[in-house]
Amino acid sequence: MRRRDFLKATGATGLFILFRTAAEAAPQLVPSRPAGYPMDFNAYLRIGADGRVGCSVGKVEMGQGNMTSLAMLAAEELDVPLERVDMLMGDTDLCPWDGGTGGSLSIWQFGPVLRSAAAEARAVLLLMAGERLQVPADRLEVAAGVVSVKGDPARQVAYGELVQGRRIERHLAEAKPKPVSAYALVGRSAPRKDALEKVTGAARFSSDQQLPGTLHACIVRPPAHGARLKSADTSAAERLPGVRVLRDGDLVAVLHAAPDQARKALELVKASFEGTPQALDDRSIYPHLAGLAGGAKVGVQEGDLKAAEARSAIRAEADYLNAYVAHAAIEPHAAVAQWKDGRMTVWAGVQAPFRVKAQVAEALGLAAHQVRIITPPIGGAFGGKAAGPQAVEAARLALKAGAPVQVVWDRREEFFLDTFRPAAVVKLRSGLDPAGRITFWDCQVAGTSDREAEIGYEFPAKRFASTGDAGDIGTSSGGPHPFPTGAWRAPAANTNVFARESHMDLLAAKAKADPLAFRLRHLTDPRVIRVLQAAARQFGWVAGDAPSGRGVGVACGSWRGTLCAAMAEVAVDRATGQVRVKRVVLAQDMGLVINPDGARQQMEGAVTMGLGYALSEGLRFKDGRILDENFDTYRIPRFSWLPAIETVLVANPELQAQGGGEPPIVCMGAVLANAIFDAVGARVFELPMTPERVLAAMPKG
Amino acid sequence: MAQTTSFNLNGKPVRVTTDPDRMLVWVLRYDLGLTGTKLGCGAGQCGACTVLVDGEPAFSCSTALADVAGKRVLTIEGLAQDGVLDPVQAAFQEHNAFQCGYCTPGMILTAHALLKKKPHASRAEILEALEGNLCRCGAHVRILAAVEAAGQAMGGAR
Repeated sequence: MRRRDFLKATGATGLFILFRTAAEAAPQLVPSRPAGYPMDFNAYLRIGADGRVGCSVGKVEMGQGNMTSLAMLAAEELDVPLERVDMLMGDTDLCPWDGGTGGSLSIWQFGPVLRSAAAEARAVLLLMAGERLQVPADRLEVAAGVVSVKGDPARQVAYGELVQGRRIERHLAEAKPKPVSAYALVGRSAPRKDALEKVTGAARFSSDQQLPGTLHACIVRPPAHGARLKSADTSAAERLPGVRVLRDGDLVAVLHAAPDQARKALELVKASFEGTPQALDDRSIYPHLAGLAGGAKVGVQEGDLKAAEARSAIRAEADYLNAYVAHAAIEPHAAVAQWKDGRMTVWAGVQAPFRVKAQVAEALGLAAHQVRIITPPIGGAFGGKAAGPQAVEAARLALKAGAPVQVVWDRREEFFLDTFRPAAVVKLRSGLDPAGRITFWDCQVAGTSDREAEIGYEFPAKRFASTGDAGDIGTSSGGPHPFPTGAWRAPAANTNVFARESHMDLLAAKAKADPLAFRLRHLTDPRVIRVLQAAARQFGWVAGDAPSGRGVGVACGSWRGTLCAAMAEVAVDRATGQVRVKRVVLAQDMGLVINPDGARQQMEGAVTMGLGYALSEGLRFKDGRILDENFDTYRIPRFSWLPAIETVLVANPELQAQGGGEPPIVCMGAVLANAIFDAVGARVFELPMTPERVLAAMPKG
Repeated sequence: MAQTTSFNLNGKPVRVTTDPDRMLVWVLRYDLGLTGTKLGCGAGQCGACTVLVDGEPAFSCSTALADVAGKRVLTIEGLAQDGVLDPVQAAFQEHNAFQCGYCTPGMILTAHALLKKKPHASRAEILEALEGNLCRCGAHVRILAAVEAAGQAMGGAR
C-alpha cells in the first residue's frame, strides 16, 4: 500500500505488481524492464576488447555507495570480476534514462533492471561463444569473463574477444538471471570503487570542474522568503575590475573570473525588495500546523473508533512536533554550464539528472536534445539535491555570458534556499483496555504525509489521516509551509516513527509494561518481531518498566520495505538536560543484502546523522528570514557526540533486495526520546530534544 | 593590490601574484588548480578546506594568502609520495572511512597532522583533533577506526 503510494508519487505506476511478483517468486524472476528504462541491454553494458565492462546507469553516487553495489550486480550476473566493471553514472548523453536517485530505490527498483540487462547480455554472449567454439550454449560455463567448454577448459574464448568492443546486435526475449543461491559476489562485502579517488583528492565534484575562461557567478538573493527583487543598483560592483553583471528577468548576477572577487562585488550591489514576508516563525508554526489537522484527509479507517474509545480503561493523547531540518550537505549546490555549438552542457551534482535536463531545457527554451547534464560525484544530498536550481541558474547565465559559468552557493544560500524537511504536528489519540492492550489509534498528521505511520501493530480500531504529501517527497513551495520543503532522508518517516514509537512507550508506561514486551504483544508480522528480537539480543535488553533510570530505549520503523529496530542507551545530565548517547544498536531486515559492508556504512551513517534531527537540529526563522546561516548555530553531529554503534543485518535473502540508504535513520528520534524518558522520566514531545526541552520535561520534585 | 607571495606548496616553491588578502582556498583551487581542497562553509566552521601550514591544520577559507608567505603548505594532492599513499589515506581506503568523500581531504590532513606528532594518540585525542571537521554522511565511526589504524601503522614504522 505504502509502496504503491510512493510509486504513484514518482510516476512509476505499474511497477508494483511486477516487483511484488519478483519478491514472492522463488527462485526470483526479474521483471522485464519497466516503462521508461531502455529495453536494449547495450544501453547499460558495453564490453571492451580488453574485457572490461562499462556499466552506464542514470543513477548517481552521492555517498550511498550505489556505484559499488550496482557494479556488483552487473559483475555477478555477467561473471566478471568486480574490479573489471567501470561505472559511468548520471550523464544524460551516455547513460540510460532514470527517474532520479532517491527513495532508496537504486537497488530495490533499478537493481532488477540492471540484473535483467546483464542476464540477457550474458545469455547472448554464451550463444556467441557457442557458435565460436562449436558447442551448444548449455555446455558452456563462464568464469572471470572467460567462456569455456565444461570439462574441456582449454576450449575457451573471453568476452572481450567475442565482442571486440562492438555493440551486441542480438537480443533474447527472455533471459533468466541467476538464482540467489548461485551468487558468488553479491552478499559478500566489497570495497568501495570510488575509494582511491576520494582519499587522494582526485575526485572532481561539480565545483571542481574547471573550464578555461569560466566566470563565477554570485546571485542577488532576497533577504527573506516572501520578498521579491524590485531593483538592483549594480554600478558600484561594476566599477571593480573584471566584474560583469548579467540580468535575466529576476536573475541578477555578478560575475568574475575569480569566485571570491565575484562574492566581494556582490556585496556592493544595492538591491531593494518588495512583497510581504512570511509572518510565521519557528514557534508559531506549530499552532498553525495543528490548526490544519482537522482538515487532514483520511487514508485508512478500520473498526469502530467511537466504540473502542468508549470501552477504553485508559485514554492517552499527545501531539508530537518536529522542526524544519536542513539537508546541510557539506558540498554546497554547484554547477558549471557551457554553451557550445548549440548545446548546453551542465556539470551539476543533482540527484535526478534527467529531470534537471528537462528543467534546463524548459528554462532556456531549448529542445531536450540540446541539453546535457553530467553528474560528477555528489558531496552529500539527502534529498536536498533532488531538484537542480543551481544548474538552471548556471545555464541561464552561460547562455548570456558567452563563456562557461560556474555557480556555487555559499553556506548562507544553502540555508536560505534549502528545501527543508517539513515541520509537522502528529496528533495521536489512543486507548488501552484493562488488560493493557491498545483499543484504538487515531492519528492525524499535519505538515507532511502519514507515510510509514503504521508498522503492523494490531489495533482493533484505527484511523490515519494527513494533510498530504506535498512537500515531503516532491519539492513543494506551496502548502502550509512558509518556504519550500522537500524530501529529506526517509521523507515523513522520521516524523511518523518518532510520533508512533514515542506514543507506544507512553502507553507501555501507562500499562506498566516493558516497552519491548508491549510492542511484541501488539505484533504478528514475523519480520517486525524478528528485527526487534535481533536488536534486543545484540543490545542485551533486560525487561523493565520505564522510567527505570537505566536510560535505555527501543523503537522500530520501516521504510521502503526495509524494517529496522533500534535500541539506545543514553545518559542525561539532570542539571543541564544535556543528553549523551552512549550506545546504539540497529538491526535491519532489508531482504537480500548486496554489499553487507556498504549496508552497514549506511546504517552507521544514519545513526550518526540521526543524532542531529533528534537532539540539535531545528531551523530557526522569523519574518521569512532564515536565522541559521552556518554550522555555528545549526549544529550537526560531531565526533564528540559519537556513540558506540553496533549494526545487525537480519538475514532474509529470500526477499528481494529492499532499500538501504534511508531506512536506518527513521528510528533515531523515538529511540532517543524513549531512552531519555527511561533515564530521567522526561517525555519530550518535540524534536529536536534540546537540553532546554529535556529540562522542561523533567518531572518536578 | 596584486603582490607576489612565495611559499612552499606540496614540497615545491611557488610564487603567486595576486591580492595577498585573498583567502588561501581560492588561490589553491582557482589560481593553482588544486581542487582537492574543498569549500564547505566559508567561515572556518566545517573543516572541509583544511590544509596543513607548517604541519598544523589550518582552515584555508579563513587563512589569507599573506599568512602563508614563506611557509610550507600541504594539500591533499601532496600527501601521497611517488604514488604511495600516506598511511592515513591507505587506512581511509581500507576502512571505507568516507561516504560522499567531500570532507575526506580535510579529515585526512587533520588526522595526518595529529599522527605525525603523536602516532600513539589516544581515542580522546583523535576525537578532539577531528572535532572541527564535519561529516554529514556520518562516516565518523569508520574515520575513527581508520585514524587509529593509521596511528598504529605510523607508530610501528618509527
